[in-house]
Amino acid sequence: MSKNAIIAGLAAFVIAALFPFWFNLGGTDAAPEPELSAKAKAAGKCVLDKYDMRANHMSLLDEWRDAVVRDADRKYDAANGKQFQMSLSTGEDSCLGCHEDKEKFCDKCHTYASVDPYCWECHTTPKEINQ
Amino acid sequence: MKKSRRSFLKAAGVSALGIGVAPAIQAVASSGSTPAALAAKTKHPEALTAHRWGMVIDTSKITDEVAENIVHACRKAHNVPDLNHEPDPEKYPKTRPVNHNQEVKWIWEEHFESAFPDKEDEFLAERFKELPFLVTCNHCKNAPCVQACPTQATFKREDGIVLMDFHRCIGCRFCMAACPFGSRSFNFRDPRPFIEEINPDFPTRSKGVVEKCNLCAERLAKGLQPACADVSEGAIVVGDLEDPNSEVRELLNEKYSIRRKQELGTEPSVYYIM
Amino acid sequence: MLEIAIKGSKKYWIWLGVLSAVIGAGFLVYVDQYINGLMTTAMSRDVSWGFYIANFTYLVGVAAGGVMVVIPFYLHNYEKFHRITILGEFLAVGALIMCLLFIIVDLGQPTRMLNVLLYPTPHSMLFWDMLVLNGYLFLNIVIGWKVLEAERNQIKPPAWTTPLIYLSIPFAIGIHTVTAYLYCGLPGRGFWLTAILAPRFLASAFAAGPSVLILLCYVVRKFTKFDPGWDAMQTLSKIACYALIANVFFFACEIFVTYYSKIPGHMTHIDYMFFGLHGHNTMVPWMWSSMILMVTGAVLLVIPALRSNATLLPFTCIMVIIGTWIDKALGMIAGGFVPSPLHHITEYMPTINEVAITLGIYGVGLLVLTILYKLATTVKEEVRG
Repeated sequence: MSKNAIIAGLAAFVIAALFPFWFNLGGTDAAPEPELSAKAKAAGKCVLDKYDMRANHMSLLDEWRDAVVRDADRKYDAANGKQFQMSLSTGEDSCLGCHEDKEKFCDKCHTYASVDPYCWECHTTPKEINQ
Repeated sequence: MKKSRRSFLKAAGVSALGIGVAPAIQAVASSGSTPAALAAKTKHPEALTAHRWGMVIDTSKITDEVAENIVHACRKAHNVPDLNHEPDPEKYPKTRPVNHNQEVKWIWEEHFESAFPDKEDEFLAERFKELPFLVTCNHCKNAPCVQACPTQATFKREDGIVLMDFHRCIGCRFCMAACPFGSRSFNFRDPRPFIEEINPDFPTRSKGVVEKCNLCAERLAKGLQPACADVSEGAIVVGDLEDPNSEVRELLNEKYSIRRKQELGTEPSVYYIM
Repeated sequence: MLEIAIKGSKKYWIWLGVLSAVIGAGFLVYVDQYINGLMTTAMSRDVSWGFYIANFTYLVGVAAGGVMVVIPFYLHNYEKFHRITILGEFLAVGALIMCLLFIIVDLGQPTRMLNVLLYPTPHSMLFWDMLVLNGYLFLNIVIGWKVLEAERNQIKPPAWTTPLIYLSIPFAIGIHTVTAYLYCGLPGRGFWLTAILAPRFLASAFAAGPSVLILLCYVVRKFTKFDPGWDAMQTLSKIACYALIANVFFFACEIFVTYYSKIPGHMTHIDYMFFGLHGHNTMVPWMWSSMILMVTGAVLLVIPALRSNATLLPFTCIMVIIGTWIDKALGMIAGGFVPSPLHHITEYMPTINEVAITLGIYGVGLLVLTILYKLATTVKEEVRG
């Protein structure tokens, strides 16, 4: 009696636990490539190299925000010799100053990876304001 | 059987703890070797600095018009929402009705008896009774809000500015209870529908965080005077209180000035020339 | 031991069902608040804390009141409390869980609440409140559970519970002292800025906690075969009596200092509460009711014949509970925030949303309490019979 119930329960658990695998059976979409704006292409170099940025941009932003808000430091001299305004969304040499199109740059991967950073609850994009 | 189950649970507990701690150890171990660590973070050369920022308001120069311009300039510079603004129904459909007691303000007009309740006097000179007094965050030397904040989201910068880290604020509103000047506002709702025209140079806030005057820290960093001082036609001067040669000190030396609720010992950095 | 909770009469399950419905309704209203922000409340720029923090303050008192059975039993070997000690400890557990929930629903950004641990800030009283509340909750769960388990197995509780029990006493005093410090250390709030606030909080707690416990004893007597003992209930009512008198006395001291010194920053708040200010008098009937309830409660408790009247006692307890609730919950908020630091008057009465969420939290507390009391009374019945 209880044996059957236990086996049924275990089976249900295994199926539920493997949800991500069977849900995505039949192929998933390929990872999207973020589109660089003309300005970003022309600049050539970002704060860190491409792969480092991809992996660590969130920790960099975290570091920047503490530097700006708490230490009043706003200028960033990157290891590669370039200078930046430590800001996500304000000014020419901020992140969005160069990567002008948030939808094509940020959102592409964020949407694919199902991450929903709350940056945009406060930080504005030029496009959004003009809408 | 019972014994082994118990030790299994213990082992499971310890390993769960290990999984939790590992990333933290990794983060500590790896910091210092990344290219980011070779970079330098500095102030812009044109940034205005001070040992302790302060503000002097010459009450004789504040007319209704000047006061209005100041309040408006501040709202615009920092995307401070105005609950009287009618939200755009296309962009923000189904906006719920507004409770005007839940307003947000950084600098605003008050009558003398509200700005200085401890100095209320029935025989006060008539002209003071009608004068608009601008009140804002006092950037106190001993700020009770900084002491109250449980996450250091409100903190005192080395240059005396009492600042908010909107990323860190949990919205407990202890600081609002602590502030003796009523200088703090809470975002009871998403402020964006109530911003007439969003200024791209400053982020908006999200619902659920407290906000207040930041003495235009973002403008000082660029070498600009605070927005209120800029449009005040000389009524508001911002400068270094600890520099005896600064303009604020010269003004304080020449004329009689008062501060709000001095008896509480919070040491406000905003002075009113009477 | 938890298996006891899933074996119960039809009444038991209906009661749990009713509570779950209340909790569910409260939760739905909270979802709306979570999405739209605290705009759904009547709190404002001037009255920045409301019904949630009010109930939080009150329930910290109820939790601390549990120590009034722990001290006589464990420090003075007062045997008559042997049977109700566990009830006091479990009451503290239920009350503390409600306290923590009230703090969470009051936060503007609840998802960031762990920032309090991530950036520990010893100069903030809220940090210490978080520590003592969680500490006291943990102590009561461990102690209550271990002692009950030992009783069920008819053995002595493990030796390590003794130091924990002693530790729980300063923690009980601590939770309410620190909660008072949240209020009384703020320079601009004349009504809160008084050294007697912590003692007054404790006095009102030691009146409210035992009163709640007496009512619960009546409930236990009615619905289970376990009898907490009339003598124990009488001792509790004496404790509540003197604590209540102390609370009223401390308040009288406050009134004397305020009105004899005539310092406006202190007077204006009490004026508002008891007489109204510039035509704003929402609080007036509440505050006078509170005073009448507390004084009448004290009279009914201090006269032996009335105190030992088993029909009257529960009503007296209800009077004490309501009186101290208005005094400490509503009064603390209204008195502290009205008038504002700029002497503007913004009055406050909670919205239906706030009340619904509050009821939901009380539902959670009662659910926890029901289950814990079921365990306790069932074990006691088993052992006895």
